[in-house]
Amino acid sequence: MTEQRWPEATLHVVSGKGGTGKTTVAAALALALARNGRRTLLIEVEGRQGIAQLFDTPPLPYEERKIAVAPEGGEVWALAIDPQEALLDYLETFYNLKRAGSALRKMGAVDFATTIAPGLRDVLLTGKAVEVVRRTAKGAADAYDAVILDAPPTGRITKFLNVNAEVSGLARVGPIRNHADLVMGVIASPATVVHLVTLLEEMPVQETIDGVTELGAAGLPLGGIVVNMTRPPLLTADQLRDAAAGTLPRDAIARSLQECGLGAHEDVVVPALLREAADHAQRVALEDRERERIATLALPTLTLPLLSSGIDLGGLYELAGIMHAEGVG
Amino acid sequence: MSGHMLARAPHLDVDALLADPAIHIIVCTGAGGVGKTTTAAALALRAAESGRNVCVLTIDPAKRLAQAMGLTSLDNTPRQVPGVCAPDGSGSLFAMMLDMKRTFDEVVESHADPERAEQILGNPFYQALSSSFAGTQEYMAMEKLGQLHVRAQDEGTWDLIVVDTPPSRSALDFLDAPARLGSFLDGRFIRILTAPARGAGRGIGRLAMVGFGIFTGVLTKILGAQVLADLGTFVAAIDTTFGGFRERADATYALLKDSGTSFVVVAAPERDALREAAYFVERLRTDDMPLAGLVLNRMQQVDDPELTVEQAASGAQVLGELADSAPDDGGRRELTAALLELHAQRLQVADRQLHLADRFAAAHPGVAVARVTALPGDVHDLDGLRTVGALIAR
Repeated sequence: MTEQRWPEATLHVVSGKGGTGKTTVAAALALALARNGRRTLLIEVEGRQGIAQLFDTPPLPYEERKIAVAPEGGEVWALAIDPQEALLDYLETFYNLKRAGSALRKMGAVDFATTIAPGLRDVLLTGKAVEVVRRTAKGAADAYDAVILDAPPTGRITKFLNVNAEVSGLARVGPIRNHADLVMGVIASPATVVHLVTLLEEMPVQETIDGVTELGAAGLPLGGIVVNMTRPPLLTADQLRDAAAGTLPRDAIARSLQECGLGAHEDVVVPALLREAADHAQRVALEDRERERIATLALPTLTLPLLSSGIDLGGLYELAGIMHAEGVG
Repeated sequence: MSGHMLARAPHLDVDALLADPAIHIIVCTGAGGVGKTTTAAALALRAAESGRNVCVLTIDPAKRLAQAMGLTSLDNTPRQVPGVCAPDGSGSLFAMMLDMKRTFDEVVESHADPERAEQILGNPFYQALSSSFAGTQEYMAMEKLGQLHVRAQDEGTWDLIVVDTPPSRSALDFLDAPARLGSFLDGRFIRILTAPARGAGRGIGRLAMVGFGIFTGVLTKILGAQVLADLGTFVAAIDTTFGGFRERADATYALLKDSGTSFVVVAAPERDALREAAYFVERLRTDDMPLAGLVLNRMQQVDDPELTVEQAASGAQVLGELADSAPDDGGRRELTAALLELHAQRLQVADRQLHLADRFAAAHPGVAVARVTALPGDVHDLDGLRTVGALIAR
């Protein structure tokens, strides 16, 4: 990790462009933060059941469930927030309107509230996450040490979190507005940080930079940048330069191949290796440029490797271990 | 080495698809971050350069790609991309970027008298709906596609429209959003809210009327009177202007099912992207929608698959040991060992990708596949799009 420490908070919001692995990073973060007997909650809000797939469990209901144990003791719980269930939950908690809730559902009003008015939908989703976070502040028995929210992608994250602004267009006063204020009070506080996951590719990095600007402008608390799926450079800077220029020593490589018993088809093998090296050099150069762009953000940055075997439960623990070694949690 | 099911999958002949005069619409769809926009733009360019008059509708292109296609003015209409045609001078490419709110505003303006339109456009519920409804973008993409299709038929401007789809939470949203929005605006809830304005008893049963008092009471309690009033105004205004919202949604849906439409599902060789692709392929089949095939982007290229992972790895190890025991000239052994490791890594990545793609092919035999080699960098210009187009068609 860079000079800056990975930020501490109760609510960790994880966003990123599609395809950057934000769900994986959120899950690994939940595992890392649960080490040493702590208890974390991993929340998803997009109805994709991504957590269940990652942890290889049956689809999650709208209910907190234990899904994994962390190294050195500790528990990861998970919750899939469904906007409709969250609305009924909200009606019951704040208005004691459970029965009216099911009548409203029949009339299509629940559909309405959760689909047509995005501000309302988001305030319900974030509201549920905030309710869990507030338990911690109150020291409730079912409190968590940290809550990790697998949030919508970078393009929508500011709108998603900035529920106050979204709702204020619809409700300037009244109960919804009050609820939005309460939610915003937690999201915009030091109890919350927003992390953005990126790859070392141009578009994800651009979205990350735009996201940082937008979040900052909206006064939302920035956490860190997770650079995901990186591959360590196998060649030295000099070798990369020669590979790009096509000046790697052909004959020396052919001689070395003979030494290790691979000299049989050197007329094919050597050019193939050189082409792969040139390709690699070009990619490393592009990655370096993106790394520099990320560095200009001056935010704590955590780098995670691409796991060659793909992401499975073991891979999650591996990433959580790297996070721990880098000082997370 | 896996890949035998994938090898058995039919090859997606992209050039035949692009040249087919019966195909008027190509819809590119798939999960976010798989290169959908680039694929749509590359297909459109390739079709134009083989002589078709093409319009490409993109949703949210990267800034530099948008600039490359001349998408600098955001006026929500297609603009011709200069300098694009076939060698014989036929063919053309028009491109546009969807402005969701503008498209919605135009729908309102074309269906309401100016006074009523102004009333709707100023309503906070309309503003929320038109700028960020979780489906408006999908709906408006389809609305725009419908408009372009009508224009293409009336004016003969284009004979092929290529459309990129929004980066939905799930690929399915894009098929469902029009119906969802249509059924909402046309639905019971709206009718209940507008019932007083229409006169009691019309369109709804007595039972619903009895429930109505309780219903508005609850809504007032939750939403507050002001929100409910705004909502009522919005619903009344939109209800009288959008009589046929569902009809529009149905027409869009019918257009997607038309034999002149073809779907290209775009994926990357990653688990999540292929899962989305699988959902989509199944959904298209269920809905009887015409699937051309799968474009599998970002496949790792291996230059010499004959040199196996094991050979490369053991070679690298031998060289490493040799280098440790006997220093040689200029670190050539370390260099060669590194090159072998690099090769082994690429093979491993390629093998994992093939394995994932193979599982897709096994579950969906008969789906044609085009494999596209990964490029080291992003695409920013027409030449880059040409390269991608050639790779897809290879």
